[in-house]
Amino acid sequence: MEITHYLGLAAVLFAIGAATVLLRRNAIVVFMGVELMLNATNLAFVTFARIHGDVTGQVLAFFVMVVAAAEVVVGLAIIITIFRSRRSASVDDVNLLQS
Amino acid sequence: MQTLSLAPWLVATPMIGALVLLVAGRRTDRWGHWLGVLASAATFVVGLVMLLDMLGTPADQRVGTHTVGSWISVGPLHVDLGFQVDPLSMTFVMLVTFVGSLIHLYSVAYMDHDVDRRRFFGYLNLFVAAMLLLVLADSYLLLFVGWEGVGLASFLLIGFWDGRRENAVAGKKAFVMNRVGDMGLIVAMMLLLATFGALDFATVLPAAGEGATAAGQGVMTAIGLMLLLAACGKSAQLPLQAWLGDAMAGPTPVSALIHAATMVTAGVYLLVRSGTILEAAPDAQLVVAVVGALTLLFGAIVGCAKDDIKKALAASTMSQIGYMMLAAGLGPVGYAFAIFHLLTHGFFKAGLFLGAGSVMHAMDDDVNMRRFGGLTRLLPVTAITMGLGWLAILGVPPFSGFWSKDKIIEAAFVGEGWRPWVFGLTALLGAGITAYYMSRLFFMTFLGRRRWRPDEGSGDAGAPVRHPHEAPRLMTWPMIVLAAGSVFLGGILALGDRFVTWLEPVTGHAEHHEPVLPVWLLMTLTLLLVVLGAFLAFRQYAVAAVPVSPPPAPAVVRAARVDLHQDDVNESLVMRPGQYLTRALVYSDRTAVDGGWLGLAGGIGRLGGRLRRLQNGYVRSYAATMLGGLGVVGLVVWVLAS
Repeated sequence: MEITHYLGLAAVLFAIGAATVLLRRNAIVVFMGVELMLNATNLAFVTFARIHGDVTGQVLAFFVMVVAAAEVVVGLAIIITIFRSRRSASVDDVNLLQS
Repeated sequence: MQTLSLAPWLVATPMIGALVLLVAGRRTDRWGHWLGVLASAATFVVGLVMLLDMLGTPADQRVGTHTVGSWISVGPLHVDLGFQVDPLSMTFVMLVTFVGSLIHLYSVAYMDHDVDRRRFFGYLNLFVAAMLLLVLADSYLLLFVGWEGVGLASFLLIGFWDGRRENAVAGKKAFVMNRVGDMGLIVAMMLLLATFGALDFATVLPAAGEGATAAGQGVMTAIGLMLLLAACGKSAQLPLQAWLGDAMAGPTPVSALIHAATMVTAGVYLLVRSGTILEAAPDAQLVVAVVGALTLLFGAIVGCAKDDIKKALAASTMSQIGYMMLAAGLGPVGYAFAIFHLLTHGFFKAGLFLGAGSVMHAMDDDVNMRRFGGLTRLLPVTAITMGLGWLAILGVPPFSGFWSKDKIIEAAFVGEGWRPWVFGLTALLGAGITAYYMSRLFFMTFLGRRRWRPDEGSGDAGAPVRHPHEAPRLMTWPMIVLAAGSVFLGGILALGDRFVTWLEPVTGHAEHHEPVLPVWLLMTLTLLLVVLGAFLAFRQYAVAAVPVSPPPAPAVVRAARVDLHQDDVNESLVMRPGQYLTRALVYSDRTAVDGGWLGLAGGIGRLGGRLRRLQNGYVRSYAATMLGGLGVVGLVVWVLAS
């Protein structure tokens, strides 16, 4: 199996994640899309680490995981707070910050 | 001279008087006017001490400067705060302080009922201080300080009764027209500094005499013309003469002060002081003489048609200053006579103005001579003092005016080519017209039938009721002293050419030149013209009845009644185009300059408004934008990399 196929898989996962973020309204699902994009990136990093034969990509993948974990904690807290006040988890309902 | 160090006190004394009166305010109301008189009189005493000292020193040591300290020292410009004491400045000091003190004394009674009398005296002292600074300065820059001070004081005094709009407008008019002249002096100073690198008389004047060729004829002519412009503004000469008539809006003692001692004499002083500059620029000198000749005719013609006693006297001043300018434009042969005429004119014109004030005082502040007449009996002192002043200005021998004016006419006939004929005949003609309009003024006021009535029951029904009475002693005594000066001063100073010799350290020795016509013929012609003018006026205004309203008259008389349309000319030639210019500038400023920047700012604002629409609050559209941006960046990187 060619190592470049992993990159193709990463691109497909990233595209699915991006489409989820752009097309779905539910904040939880949008969040899942973001997670999918982050993991696609991680996969690409690890693949490149393998291709180049050094550990830089793997280290970066760890960083991404740490940041993603922190982001999930904060993001979910925000979503829950908004849901409590507005009784909705749709990102299109949260549009007060506009011109 | 030992008393040289007194010179600063000549300026400081009246200045202290002005400061006390103006700063201490109403607290000095009760005795303020006497402080004003005292300051002026003390200045006269200081001046007299210096004059006596100067008379006791040999002629070649009479020119001196007293330097108080360094005033301005920047780069190449060094100007000292110094005072020039020489026969010319001392002549002015004596004229200003003596006549000024008499006018102060007269004002005590004249302004008796005015609540602002103390402020009036503060301004009078300021006027005297500024004029003394002007004539005592030892550099053009310090002279300019006095020059501006005189302008300020005249503005304050002409508009003294500023409760009435036309008085305030008259003050403003004088100030603005003087500004035009001041521009001339500023430009002249710039040119002097650029050419000679200095502004003090001691450096500039000898250098101008010697190095005219080095500096270049064009520069010297420009300096001369700029000085002439400055003199025209202050001395009310064509084309800046229009303010003088309106300046009559001020109280009458102010008119006397402006016309006799201060202000209008400043221009003549400037030109005589700058004599060497004018001699180095013959073209400018010729223009000075032409301006003087034109103004002397202009003033004389206007004077013939004025019914307002003060405005007739104002026109006469303009004309007499024209004589002085003409003399100053004739070169060294005329300088001494210009100053001599200025001195005698100071006496008789101050006397005439104070007399006019006395007449107005008697006639309930009426100035219309067509409503005067037959006042000799009722105002004997005024009539006699004004009569002596009248004979003096006519140039009847042996009164003061004869000795000075006749010499100017004689000097105007000196020269070659067309000049002596044009200038001489103009001066001669001017003497005749002067005789006519001054006699007209005198006869209309004091002789002829009464065109007013003492009470309701008698006289013409339409005539105003007046109760003429002689002025108080405080007013008549200054008039008597001035009348004595009008009678004797000229003769005393002219005997043995005393005055000309006295001024020689400043004006230089002028070789005697024979006029193109013999002197006895000129003198006879002048006297004949004077008698003719006076006779015409006598027939018209003393023997025949004077109509109480101006009769229909030919076009030239109608024009003279409105000052030969000087205001219309100024308005259409200068004021309107100036207004259009400023309006055009304002318009272009608003549309081009402001419009450009405001348009740019507005455009950016509108662009911001459009871009703001992108902030729609939808998270998903932001995400799409980010993704799109990422795509663009990727595309750019791909294109650049391949």
